Amino acid sequence: MLKAAGLAAFRGERLVFRDLDFAIAAGGALTLTGPNGAGKSTLLRVLAGLLRPIAGTLAWNGGDALADPPLHAQRVAYVGHLDAVKPVLTVAENLRFAARLTGGDIGAALAALGLGELADLPARMLSAGQRRRLALARLGLSRAPIWLLDEPTVGLDAASIERLAGLIAAHRAGGGLVIAATHLALPLSHAGELRLG
Amino acid sequence: MIAFLAILARELRLSVRHGADTAAALLFFLLVIALFPLAIGPEPEMLGRLAPGIVWVSALLAALLPLDRLFGADFEDGSLDQLLLSGAPPTAIAAAKTAAHWLVTGLPLLLAAWPLAVMLRMPDAAVPALLLGLLPGTLLLSLLGSAGAAIVLGARRGGVLLPVLVLPLTTPVLIFGTAAADAAAAGMSPRPHLLLLAGLLAAALPLCPLAAGAALRNAAE
Repeated sequence: MLKAAGLAAFRGERLVFRDLDFAIAAGGALTLTGPNGAGKSTLLRVLAGLLRPIAGTLAWNGGDALADPPLHAQRVAYVGHLDAVKPVLTVAENLRFAARLTGGDIGAALAALGLGELADLPARMLSAGQRRRLALARLGLSRAPIWLLDEPTVGLDAASIERLAGLIAAHRAGGGLVIAATHLALPLSHAGELRLG
Repeated sequence: MIAFLAILARELRLSVRHGADTAAALLFFLLVIALFPLAIGPEPEMLGRLAPGIVWVSALLAALLPLDRLFGADFEDGSLDQLLLSGAPPTAIAAAKTAAHWLVTGLPLLLAAWPLAVMLRMPDAAVPALLLGLLPGTLLLSLLGSAGAAIVLGARRGGVLLPVLVLPLTTPVLIFGTAAADAAAAGMSPRPHLLLLAGLLAAALPLCPLAAGAALRNAAE
């Protein structure tokens, strides 16, 4: 159970949102919508513990989630709008580094997003959509209960969106929760919506 | 500790793949030192007298070169967010980056300094003192440099700001490092200067990664 109460955050000198309240139960999903600059990415960074909110609280199962950022980080899998892919490493090497930090099986994670055949290719050879899939493949490694996705479907083809939807459905069935900022239709069943801006 | 080793291994692998970038600092060091005999003239006495200063200043400048990309590359491609969210303490991330900088830049500079000191006709007695001083010296440059690099992360014109921030901090290292070699050349013991360098290292070893870790967390905001 992730519960936000009265969240407010600054980005640079600007107050991007204030008085945000929402709660997501285990297995739940929330999509963040709103125009560009409404603070969707900022909210995801706050929820990840990367950006400190200036007001409000974030509670995880009743306790203050942001009290210990490295501990909170272990509860979170975050795919930001940047892919965090090193072009000179191969697809498998990129993912293996993530696996050394978080654990998980890279073969299964690559297969889940249809990257199995590209495993030995340097990441600089990937197309934008394939690079996005590699970034999303980190989710397959993670056992973190909270998934934070910033425009996860940008550049993805229909088949990849289906794969992502399957991954998310399996995560939610296991009691995980998902918060996604998106402009495009992301196939999330029974998702709440939070409109910003 | 797992995170430290994982990040260090990744940094070394990236350095090997970016071979040209990695060699640039060492080549810069060799070239700058090779320029001095051309500018000052080849008189052995004059060169030998100036050699410790030439090697130290050149090492200082060469060590600065890769600092810009040390955290900058990870900051720009989103890897820094992933590192911070891996659950590893920011101090461990900074310490791994610092260790990688020393292994890839500091250690090669230290090894190259030996033949270069001989080339500059440094007195035989001074060479071991120079190298002994460069051992804590290059470690200190990596520690202070990575703390500086983390602090200017995300700032506009960070690459210009970085030397302005780091070079003043390295003055004690430069003073005691050259003094050790000069003392040995004059037939005195370099020991007090080397001990002072070791003392500086003992202070910087815990403090610089702490400062760099805090700066990384700040840069991610």
